Amino acid sequence: MNTQTAEAQERHVLTITVDNEAGILAKIAGLFTARGYNIDSLTVADITDNHEVSRITIVTHGPPSIIDQIRAQLERLVPVHKVVDLTEVGPYIERELALIKVAGTGNFRVEALRVAEIFRAKVVDTTTSSFVFELTGSPDKIDTFVALMKELGLVEVGRTGVVGMVRGNTAI
Amino acid sequence: MSTERSGAEILVESLVAKGVEFVFGYPGGAVLPIYDALFGEERIRHILVRHEAGAAHAAEGYARATGKPGVVLVTSGPGATNAVTGIADAFMDSIPMVVITGQVPTALIGTDAFQEADTVGITRHCTKHNYLVKDASELAAIVDEAFHIATAGRPGPVVIDIPKDVQIALAQWNGRAPQRRTRYAPQTMAPAADIANAVAMIAAAERPIFYTGGGVINAGPQASRLLRELQKLTGAPVTSTLMGLGAFPAGDPAWLGMLGMHGTYEANMAMNKADLIIALGARFDDRVTGRLDAFSPYSRKIHVDIDRASINKTVRVDLPVIGDCAIVLEQMIDAWLQAGHSAADLTDWQARIDGWRARKSLAYPDRGNEIMPQKAIERLYDLTRDRDPVISTEVGQHQMWAAQYFQFHGPNKWLTSGGLGTMGYGLPAAIGAQAGLPDALVIDIAGDASIQMNIQELGTATQYRLPVKVFVLNNEWMGMVRQWQELTYESRYSNSYSDSLPDFVKLAEAYGWKGIRITSMDELDAGIQAMIDHPGPVFVDCLVVKEVNCYPMIPSGAAHTDMILYGDDVAGTMDDAAKALV
Ligand SMILES: Cc1ncc(C[n+]2csc(CCOP(=O)(O)OP(=O)(O)O)c2C)c(N)n1
Ligand SMILES: [Mg+2]
Repeated sequence: MNTQTAEAQERHVLTITVDNEAGILAKIAGLFTARGYNIDSLTVADITDNHEVSRITIVTHGPPSIIDQIRAQLERLVPVHKVVDLTEVGPYIERELALIKVAGTGNFRVEALRVAEIFRAKVVDTTTSSFVFELTGSPDKIDTFVALMKELGLVEVGRTGVVGMVRGNTAI
Repeated sequence: MSTERSGAEILVESLVAKGVEFVFGYPGGAVLPIYDALFGEERIRHILVRHEAGAAHAAEGYARATGKPGVVLVTSGPGATNAVTGIADAFMDSIPMVVITGQVPTALIGTDAFQEADTVGITRHCTKHNYLVKDASELAAIVDEAFHIATAGRPGPVVIDIPKDVQIALAQWNGRAPQRRTRYAPQTMAPAADIANAVAMIAAAERPIFYTGGGVINAGPQASRLLRELQKLTGAPVTSTLMGLGAFPAGDPAWLGMLGMHGTYEANMAMNKADLIIALGARFDDRVTGRLDAFSPYSRKIHVDIDRASINKTVRVDLPVIGDCAIVLEQMIDAWLQAGHSAADLTDWQARIDGWRARKSLAYPDRGNEIMPQKAIERLYDLTRDRDPVISTEVGQHQMWAAQYFQFHGPNKWLTSGGLGTMGYGLPAAIGAQAGLPDALVIDIAGDASIQMNIQELGTATQYRLPVKVFVLNNEWMGMVRQWQELTYESRYSNSYSDSLPDFVKLAEAYGWKGIRITSMDELDAGIQAMIDHPGPVFVDCLVVKEVNCYPMIPSGAAHTDMILYGDDVAGTMDDAAKALV
């Protein structure tokens, strides 16, 4: 009954609403390191007019029993209001923004621009020998774009990490 | 009517409002305003310890023995870092505690100022919650919330770090209870469906067992009373973790003794063969479960705990029941009676348990006039039982012998460092308990090595006329370390001998204590009696047989069925995987 069978790893997107107080991010990040949980990405920003509440999105992976532990551990922190496992609650969207710098001239430059159009990336900076693209999408889409750009003069990538939201007309 | 008061004064008023009787502390630059506010304060008694670790453990002992939160006051930097062990200890053992630390003035924070330490950062992961107070006007609300957090739900330590300028700053004080934020409100009552399920499972079980832990103690004395009631209704036998001792009376026919690494044969075998485990306020710690994949393989498991994060952490259970042990026990009793359940016929189960009991796993050889440490504990128990004493311990073999051979009949009588296993806990914990219970007989059962870790607290007991007793089982070894070296490292005794021990009797006398040395069986009873009869603090140096080891023992990573009993040959070595286990 309690044999610890090797459970399959799952990827989960958690949103956590917290009191926007000093140290809360360190507390949450530290909880993950101290207990050996994985953080694939973490984003945070305050979401209320009075700056009192922040929303954190964490992408993690692990066996289901660990994902359940992560939720329970987060929920018992005093400044945490609510933890929602988007992966559990139903269809949701996740988006990430990336800035991608590509340097090159001639054919490389033309090709980079063409690929960017296909991905609906925006050009937010340009010189005669470079572009900075802004791309929003699922992490997969950004991965694919970055992989293509590697062949076309990629010099730098910056990514925000994921924010997620449940589909439909209700709040979590 | 609202007046302006300093942050330090507001702090003191807020502590009084929370019913604080004792503060265990040590002054320093960054808390001088608070110490000044305490000067001449008659509503709060300050106990000046000799080291901040002592303050934290004393507050733990006070909390454990009285059920009220312990309060600590220390200065910034080294004051705070010295208290960290006690804070971590309280965190592991779920002890309600509020720790007030001074901090350098706000403007100096982050500049590596004199005696600056990032107390909030350092204690972040060993507190339930912590605060850096930025404004004196927030103090009253923070103190109020800190006590709520420390005591509600699964109890634990809360740190309030107060910069010196905030202690001096003036703020409005109206004496009214502050409006509390509603953000921390743990579930205490379990859903009725879970309760109905739980009692049905108990009624249907053929081999049930209660496995109880510190959560039953934390839920207050009524939880222990209700446990006894539910046990009577169901007939199921009871075992307990180290932290849970006293919730169920030792000596009751249903009592199996402690379980786990140094638990009794009957408790561990019953856990292994049970078809239903009812875990109450216990957390399936590795010292209890042994090898996880062999832990209680035939049982379904009900886990009652107020901390959802304790459930399914190491052992998967069939029915989680989230709530306060006292409330859930009451719900279970009601549901049991309402459903008209009656105790199942457990005759076969009891017969098997009696078979395991017959192994007499706590038996030990007689050594004539030499004192076996187990014997010393048994005599200590017999000669003090009419006083219903409070027992604290240090960490090591003596701690396990105290757990095995001292018998506890009620909650809040047993103070020990279970989760963190902190040597040096016992003496200050006894001092804290004695402060809270001035008429109780409070005894620290100690080891010769552990007692030296906070021996300076002898002075605290003297200063406050606290008649605590220290009873050292002196084996001239870090016995528990030596035992592991025998088991794992072919008796290579690397640094485990207690060399250069002080003359404990003289040392005690130097602190104004009475010192007694007991060297043989024919002195044992008289020595213990002299300790009890002396009205002041007494240090007993009891010389016991040195080479005795503590059994039964489940080696780390072994199954409950692989217990080593007294007389088994244990010397040897282990492979690297086994050596890596703690
Ligand atoms: C602060 C701390 N340091 C180290 C240990 C590891 N340790 C556990 S038991 C022990 C020896 C204790 O010796 P003693 O107090 O004489 O007790 P005995 O085992 O001999 O009864 C040690 C060093 C610990 N538990 N706590
Ligand atoms: Mg010793």
